[in-house]
Amino acid sequence: MVVSEKLDRFFDEKIKEYPTRRSFLVPMLLYTQDEIGYVTDEAIAYLAKKTDLTELEVRNVISYYSLLHTKPMGKYHVQVCTNISCMLRGGEEVFDHCRQKLGIGHKQKTADGVFSLEEVECIGACSWAPAIQVNYDFHENLTPEKLDKVLDDYRKKN
Amino acid sequence: MADLVSHPDEIKVVSNRFGKGATSIERYLELDGYKAVQKALQMKPDDIINEVKTSNLRGRGGAGFSTGMKWSFVPKESNKPKYVLVNGDESEPGTCKDRLILEHDPHSVIEGVVIAGLAVGAQTGYVYIRGEYRYLVDIMRKALADAYARGFLGKNIFGSGREFNVYWHTGAGAYEVGEESALMESLEGKRGIPRIRPPFPAVVGLWGGPTVINNVETLASVPHIILMGGQKFADLGTPKNGGTRLFCLSGHINKPGVYELPLGYPLKKMIYEVGGGIPNGKKLKAVVPGGSSTFVLTAEEAEQLNMDFDTFSKRGEFLGSGGVVILDEDTCMVKFALRIMKFYKHESCGWCIPCREGTDWLEKTLVRFHSGGGLKKDIDNIKYLAQNMLGRTFCPLGDAAAIPTISIVDKWRKEFEDHLEGKPCPFDPEGAVSQLPVLSH
Ligand SMILES: Cc1cc2nc3c(=O)[nH]c(=O)nc-3n(C[C@H](O)[C@H](O)[C@H](O)COP(=O)(O)O)c2cc1C
Ligand code: SF4
Ligand code: FES
Repeated sequence: MVVSEKLDRFFDEKIKEYPTRRSFLVPMLLYTQDEIGYVTDEAIAYLAKKTDLTELEVRNVISYYSLLHTKPMGKYHVQVCTNISCMLRGGEEVFDHCRQKLGIGHKQKTADGVFSLEEVECIGACSWAPAIQVNYDFHENLTPEKLDKVLDDYRKKN
Repeated sequence: MADLVSHPDEIKVVSNRFGKGATSIERYLELDGYKAVQKALQMKPDDIINEVKTSNLRGRGGAGFSTGMKWSFVPKESNKPKYVLVNGDESEPGTCKDRLILEHDPHSVIEGVVIAGLAVGAQTGYVYIRGEYRYLVDIMRKALADAYARGFLGKNIFGSGREFNVYWHTGAGAYEVGEESALMESLEGKRGIPRIRPPFPAVVGLWGGPTVINNVETLASVPHIILMGGQKFADLGTPKNGGTRLFCLSGHINKPGVYELPLGYPLKKMIYEVGGGIPNGKKLKAVVPGGSSTFVLTAEEAEQLNMDFDTFSKRGEFLGSGGVVILDEDTCMVKFALRIMKFYKHESCGWCIPCREGTDWLEKTLVRFHSGGGLKKDIDNIKYLAQNMLGRTFCPLGDAAAIPTISIVDKWRKEFEDHLEGKPCPFDPEGAVSQLPVLSH
């Protein structure tokens, strides 16, 4: 099995809440990625089967959504918002700081696989800007010092 | 998680339970929770719709369409099941209010869905939450499970003999999916390509059935309207602009945060009193009144306008999503226009040419312009390109990209001229951050 039995059962339960099997596809892709790291070829085959779609149809859906990745990301995926509210409060500087500190650029991964970096659009933290998301966790009202601490804490956690 | 703020001018209706632990169903019940839906169960569907019409509640997603009116478009008889779909895709730059509702008061959204369903004759609702808001998906899952456990949802809600189901759903990163027809596509497990209208979702929506689509805040307002009465809610705002709404103050402002203020609240007071003014004693330059898709206002305009839908529509403009972004005098408007365009270019679904090509050309032209490589004729060209997108795209995203651009070129033309002939950006002469990393999507 590509995903854990628990997740597989969860998918089967959720699919029942919709009139068509493919309806739960987008969340299934995301939850699969969360469990196994990225959307692998095996995951695509598995979800195509589950939804009665072809693999190509599943790939078509994947390429539309920016959170879905078909390549491995870092263990901690650092997403820096540089959209307007963040930009006005230093979002670009936050992104530059991350680039320097991690030594990687947009959509790149550190050699040890611990971090990856992405410049992203508004994450819904505009009133608490500048903000980033590391995986699903928000870090807001960032200053350079706060940002250093956030990144150091993740490194330590690893 | 996100910090809460407060100001004496606030009237807390939708935000009334923020910070009070109302994610717990016991606490929600103590705070008048699930009373409105029980009241609605005793009402005729048309009476619910009339109450909402009386309230002058208008869609909080951005377009400001009358909610009661929208519900009344759903046909009474339908061969296919009807649905209520909650739009929790919140991705309009500057907007961060649905997040607070889902974080602090998820049951109010569930209650709003059921009431909307009772009004239009639907028995199923879906709460679509953007993929980035995973912690809110988890909060919603628990809230739904708790409501089922108490018999507030399920086969026999509140012992009424009626069935109602509400399910959660999540996206995976896409602004365009917030557009209502793209939202339905996404919920059906597809790419978020919008649908042609008519038919409107109220008639042909999810899986072909009549579907009411409302923003999180719109639906969270509904239980309050049912409990306090439509008229009382209407009276909080201005004529035809009922109630309060959550305004998200961000950008160059001393006290950023989400404030609940009556519709029609003066923008000047919002900036200088509620928001505490501009940091470092700087002057105001511009205001984005309601998310990046709205016409950008000059300081003079901003200081005269009241924040209701009709004040803006009379000017041919939009109040938008509640995301109020403040720009101080040292902000480069060319760069601001560029960042906005970069966003729309990234989010354009590529389905129609004016938007796909227009956003791409505009981004490229603005990048070149901001880095000093612009020509005088580019200024008119930017406006010409943007104007040719207006009204010519398949969905409103194309308009949303054109609107801020046109207003910035019109109102801050001089700033474009100041970038000509290889001159460095006047607001960033060192060029420290002028070379925006151009996203390679
Ligand atoms: C590109 C685009 C993005 C949108 N994003 C959102 C969104 O994130 N949330 C939302 O409620 N409405 C969004 N809307 C508006 C919806 O299409 C729709 O009008 C709204 O959900 C209706 O709910 P309301 O009447 O309660 O406002 C968007 C519209 C467009 C064109
Ligand atoms: S306007 Fe843009 S987002 Fe809308 S359908 Fe056309 S290409 Fe897609
Ligand atoms: S603009 Fe950065 S979170 Fe909204």
